[in-house]
Amino acid sequence: MTVVFYLIAAITVAGGLAAVLLKNLVHCALAVTIAFGGIALLFLSLDAQFAGFVQILVYIGAVAILIVFAILLTRGSDVPKDGVFSPTWLTGVAIASAVFAVMGWAVINSVNAIPQLAAVPHVTVHDIGVALVGSYVLPLEIVALLLTAATVGAVIVAMHEKGGAE
Amino acid sequence: MIDKADQIFVLLQHWLVSFLPLALQQPAAVLLGVIGIVCVFPAIFALTTVFERKGLGRIQNRLGPNRVGPFGFMQPIADAIKSLTKEDVVPSTANGPVHFLAPVGLVVAVFMGFAVLPVGRNMVLVDMDAGLLFFFAMGASTEVSVFMAGWSSRNKYSLLGAMRAVAQMISYEVVLLLSSVAVVMITGSLSLTKIVEAQNQYTGIFPHWYIFTPWGLAGFVMYAIAATAETNRSPFDLPEGESELVAGYHTEYSGFKFALFFLGEYLAMLSISGLGTTLFLGGWSAPLSFLTFMPSWFWFFSKLMMSIFVFIWMRGTLPRLRQDQLMNFAWKFVLPFTLLDLFVTALWRFMGEGLLRWIVCSAILLAAYIIMGRVAMVRKHFGPRSYRYAE
Repeated sequence: MTVVFYLIAAITVAGGLAAVLLKNLVHCALAVTIAFGGIALLFLSLDAQFAGFVQILVYIGAVAILIVFAILLTRGSDVPKDGVFSPTWLTGVAIASAVFAVMGWAVINSVNAIPQLAAVPHVTVHDIGVALVGSYVLPLEIVALLLTAATVGAVIVAMHEKGGAE
Repeated sequence: MIDKADQIFVLLQHWLVSFLPLALQQPAAVLLGVIGIVCVFPAIFALTTVFERKGLGRIQNRLGPNRVGPFGFMQPIADAIKSLTKEDVVPSTANGPVHFLAPVGLVVAVFMGFAVLPVGRNMVLVDMDAGLLFFFAMGASTEVSVFMAGWSSRNKYSLLGAMRAVAQMISYEVVLLLSSVAVVMITGSLSLTKIVEAQNQYTGIFPHWYIFTPWGLAGFVMYAIAATAETNRSPFDLPEGESELVAGYHTEYSGFKFALFFLGEYLAMLSISGLGTTLFLGGWSAPLSFLTFMPSWFWFFSKLMMSIFVFIWMRGTLPRLRQDQLMNFAWKFVLPFTLLDLFVTALWRFMGEGLLRWIVCSAILLAAYIIMGRVAMVRKHFGPRSYRYAE
């Protein structure tokens, strides 16, 4: 268990670091994909099948492709002349470490906040499905409505631009 | 005897494993299953290439390959030797590591999909709770490989082909997922073995396959359309439209890397046909109740080869679509119809047994099909064909 964990963690962290440090933007996007895959493997090693597969389906199948498309359709994959590091990188590091500190603190403290279970709860995909369309049906519907509205909005924005150009 | 034939591969696996010490038996059994998948499906791929070339030849009124071996059936071996010994040309401007990883990633992701397909009774490598989700997750990760191949080649044809392929795969993946959701709604499980078991029942001599219900038939048609587009097969093979893009995203690949792309493409076709068989055509269950004496794996592979045959037939028959037709078809016809099919499935689920639900569900689907067709046709002005440049 621990060996597998450290292996996956190393892959994930390496992917994340590569995403920040590589010079070519498309390489960065592909490195993010590796990090996503590592997180999915972490979920799977915790026996959370649903979360793991949805991580692959949504993040590798859709989000990574979206990032890549965005890069290709906007700035292109050429390496900028003045390097990839922003002049305000120190601020970035400060914000990132502050966020990391808060999250780490929350995770460490959650050990006391959540009641300790004797056995690992066995949650099947079936249970998740029942919970989603049972007790959590209202949030699910609201999210669905929000996403539909966002999609319709995106289509309208795209249509308007096309009409203006003609 | 019948059971023996049915379970012959399972028994063989148990027998082989029994020679090993107890601690090694579990990993060895998994390894044997993996070896089985890695051997059987590429073998079917090799056969399929011959069948495809001979079938297309027959449709186009020519002979097809007939030089190597009896009736040309040794052709795949010659092809394999050729692609193994060919020079591997990498363009000097290509992005080396990405160019190398793309075909590998594609083939690995495609092979993973076979892990959850039940190819016979008790014959599934991993009986996962979320098998269907796993399959689609693996299918979705092939898109990254396709993009990597197109982008790293530094060739405009490759990049255009990759963009087309990714856009098409994303559009039709929505339909693929939604048409499978109908099956999940009825079965109440994402496990592929449970989906097959739910269909492995008979009324009289007729099986309870989902294709024999109104929603199942509509769902299967939508699934088949989406599967054809998802595997970039004709008439949706725009990503490799030879007349405009040379060969699409694998233009700059040669030798064995090209063979890997070819393998990945056909394996994707096999796995998606296998999933369609599992979801709608009863998986390994026999088509009529008195035919159950035949082994279950025989039925699975027969259905698989039937689907492959239909793929080849369509490729020989239908002309290629245009890009805007492809997208319009996906978003304006297939997707709305699939959503309606989901609604009908819910109706079917809650109307209870009886003749009424057959009539209501069929009527809704038929009416929607006709009305959507009519509405789409109104603005088209079909008449005698006119030619702009040639008389």
